[in-house]
Amino acid sequence: MTMRRLINLKRVQARRIYLTYAVVIAAYIICTVMSSTNILSSSMRGMLVPICAYMVMAVSLNLVVGILGELSLGHAGFMSVGAFSGVAAAILMQNVIPFAPVRLALAMIVAAIFAAAAGFLIGIPVLRLKGDYLAIVTLAFGEIIKSILNNFYLGFDSQGLHFSMLRDTTRLLEGGKLIIRGPMGISGIQKISTFPAGFILVMLSLIIVFHLVISRPGRAFMAIRDDRIASESIGLDITKYKMMAFVTSAALAGAAGALFAMNYSTIVANKFDFNTSILILVFVVLGGQGNMLGGIIAAAVLTILPEKLREFSEYRMLLYAIILIVMMLATNNAEIKYFLSRLNPFKKKEAE
Amino acid sequence: MKEKTKYVPVPSRSILPERDAERAPVLECVKLGITLGGIKAVEDFNLTIGRTEIVGLIGPNGAGKTTVFNLLTKVYQPTTGTILLNGKDTHGMNTMQVNKAGIARTFQNIRLFRNMSVIDNVKTAMNNEMHYNMLSAILRLPNYRREEIAAHRRALKLLSIFDMQNMADVPAGSLPYGAQRRLEIVRALATNPSLLLLDEPAAGMNPSETADLMDSIRKVHEMFQIAIILIEHDMSLVMNICEGICVLNFGHIIAKGTPDEIQSNPAVIEAYLGRKKEA
Amino acid sequence: MIFLNFFISGISLGSIYAIIALGYTMVYGIAKMLNFAHGDVIMIGAYVCFYAFARYHLNPFLGVAAAMLICTLLGIIVERLAYKPLRQAPSLAVLITAIGMSYFLQNTALLMWSSNPKVFPSIIGRGSFRLFDGALSVSHITALTIGVCLVIMIVLSLFISKTKMGKAMRACSEDKGAAQLMGINVNATISMTFAIGSGLAAVAGALLCSAYPTLMPTTGALPGIKAFTAAVFGGIGSIPGAFLGGLMLGVIEIFAKAYISSQLSDAVVFGVLIIVLLVKPAGLLGKMTQEKV
Repeated sequence: MTMRRLINLKRVQARRIYLTYAVVIAAYIICTVMSSTNILSSSMRGMLVPICAYMVMAVSLNLVVGILGELSLGHAGFMSVGAFSGVAAAILMQNVIPFAPVRLALAMIVAAIFAAAAGFLIGIPVLRLKGDYLAIVTLAFGEIIKSILNNFYLGFDSQGLHFSMLRDTTRLLEGGKLIIRGPMGISGIQKISTFPAGFILVMLSLIIVFHLVISRPGRAFMAIRDDRIASESIGLDITKYKMMAFVTSAALAGAAGALFAMNYSTIVANKFDFNTSILILVFVVLGGQGNMLGGIIAAAVLTILPEKLREFSEYRMLLYAIILIVMMLATNNAEIKYFLSRLNPFKKKEAE
Repeated sequence: MKEKTKYVPVPSRSILPERDAERAPVLECVKLGITLGGIKAVEDFNLTIGRTEIVGLIGPNGAGKTTVFNLLTKVYQPTTGTILLNGKDTHGMNTMQVNKAGIARTFQNIRLFRNMSVIDNVKTAMNNEMHYNMLSAILRLPNYRREEIAAHRRALKLLSIFDMQNMADVPAGSLPYGAQRRLEIVRALATNPSLLLLDEPAAGMNPSETADLMDSIRKVHEMFQIAIILIEHDMSLVMNICEGICVLNFGHIIAKGTPDEIQSNPAVIEAYLGRKKEA
Repeated sequence: MIFLNFFISGISLGSIYAIIALGYTMVYGIAKMLNFAHGDVIMIGAYVCFYAFARYHLNPFLGVAAAMLICTLLGIIVERLAYKPLRQAPSLAVLITAIGMSYFLQNTALLMWSSNPKVFPSIIGRGSFRLFDGALSVSHITALTIGVCLVIMIVLSLFISKTKMGKAMRACSEDKGAAQLMGINVNATISMTFAIGSGLAAVAGALLCSAYPTLMPTTGALPGIKAFTAAVFGGIGSIPGAFLGGLMLGVIEIFAKAYISSQLSDAVVFGVLIIVLLVKPAGLLGKMTQEKV
């Protein structure tokens, strides 16, 4: 039996995966063509990288919420760890590696490592809890990360790196540079994030998550989601797999944070607050838990929507809130659900 | 019970002592007990099971049968007593470790991974016999392919015992009730247990389904040569299939013996069979 | 003496958290949902109070009564429109709807009252009691806050344990299906819970803004999250837990501000929450429920 048949046996799942890849690639090609022929407005062009970053955030949070089945309310915390460490790394490498794409890639790797480390540290206490308690602790950690970064100072000079908390006591030598300036964050960032880089990161995160899902760890995640006690009874190490999902998700979020930050000249920790965590959760829930394509589309639509609503100026956030509530009510309405399930091509295949 | 860390040969109290007398029994429970909410749910539970024995655990509702399973699989930690599994004390182990040591179970109220396909339910249970890591999975390294193909084959083979290989891609939650119960048994078998605990496998089945199930359990027993403990209310199933029967009432063992002995035991008739004699 | 001063302001802040946390915990206990819009009901209540006595020069207590009335109605309407249709939906959908409702209330307030901060007049003036020859000064609002919190706590406990409606609430929180079979009107009970929680939120809003007089559409958000933390801290679903959690959170926050760092006080509060949950995974007074196998 070949691998092809093995994958084909799960026809529905495999189709969904390839459809997701195809949609993302097609969207990338269309956007690239549109922006090179100037059909895309400049404000839309400026949103391409943030949209990619949010897509990666949605995919990574979906791993925890949709696949593992745990609610996390502090995902923006990992994004900020990635943003700050990635940007700091990029600034430090500025003279060593002049070629921007390589610097961006390395910065994202550094960001992923730092965010993964944060995810691991947070995971140790968090994963002993369940359900709503786990959710509130992730919220708490998100706020703690924000507080710490808001009071963190990092600089470097000929003596090496210096950091301090609360006040700037780094005492840099002549020619030294203060990189992270507490509540002022990092400013003067070189905007080296590009749309192709964003696209690659989205594809990478999809590949990582999908490959996990159709393998040993992914099955374990879903088993834990569906029934914890049964999972234990067949010998799954719940803590290990929860940690694995949590850390992978944090690492991807960290890389997304670096991508996001290097699209702006200034970032501050307050950008990655509870509301950002919630925003990402909204992508996941609206797109359908465990449905990566849905999350990606939701991320794109909900990032563009507030901009498109700009003509309603002060009413736009109100409209956004109403749309959110109406969408939740509609997607959970039994009649509408039935109507949608008849439209869904995948559901029919399953019934055959 | 800390001093009982290594196996001390205990004289076999097996219900059928002539079988496997020279080898360590697969399970020995000594003075097992647990207090739940101030009530002694199970007390002084002694049971030894040979390598390939099928034992029935019966008793009225609330007698503590499922609690015994929960103790054996460490869903509850026993308050007193020792459980020796293949001669090894399971003291301090959790559910996962007990499974790795050789106990697999099914549940009274079915606990499948409802949103996963039938075959994925089985493959998940093979988790501990696969060894490739996360990186192999992400990069699709050769060992990923090799182990996945092997697991897929074995999962189909296991499913075919219960004639379920055609349902491999169906979500487990959408299976009919009887098939869900059978899938739970397949999933438990996939962990390569030396002792299989079946909690009311025939509950909710009609007589012909029960008869099929009985054949399947026999088949499993012959193929895998493992020990099985069966909680069941269907007396025809228990009496037909079990070599030994253990009767529980109010958390205490009131009788042990062969099906014939149990059927004629006055204490059992009084506690349990008396009410259901016509069945 | 300084220590005692901090302690009293901690208790006072904690009393406000406790009143808000009661709303979270009651709704969680009965509807099993995290009502993220609760913090914004506080803000609405505070605005109603503000307009009642800064614009229309109503008696402060009438103003608070008006705010309670409006918030109670608001709570019932929000529940009917947004949460009731989702009774059977997955909890995450309800959570997102609650967050949507929170945005909705904040932005409605923004449109109605603009984002300019309003200076909230204290409902009982800015005087204070001086004790120990002036070494210890307790402002009137601090004393009132603590008093109101105690009264609410006692009345609510009696209501839950003694009245028919209170018993219905407890029954619903144990098992909605069984409660319905016993002839309890589950929908009315849930509405009542939202009504009480939102009415209390109005009181909390008035007290909060009397003590910290800046009023903005986002005023309710952070105290809301903190009070939610307090509810979890004490064991969500437990009314004495909300009270205890609120008080402890207030004291910890004030001490952290005074002795550690005012910028890091939130981090300290959340840090303590995490430690408490690690030692007692269901909160201080929460009950651990074991899943039946």
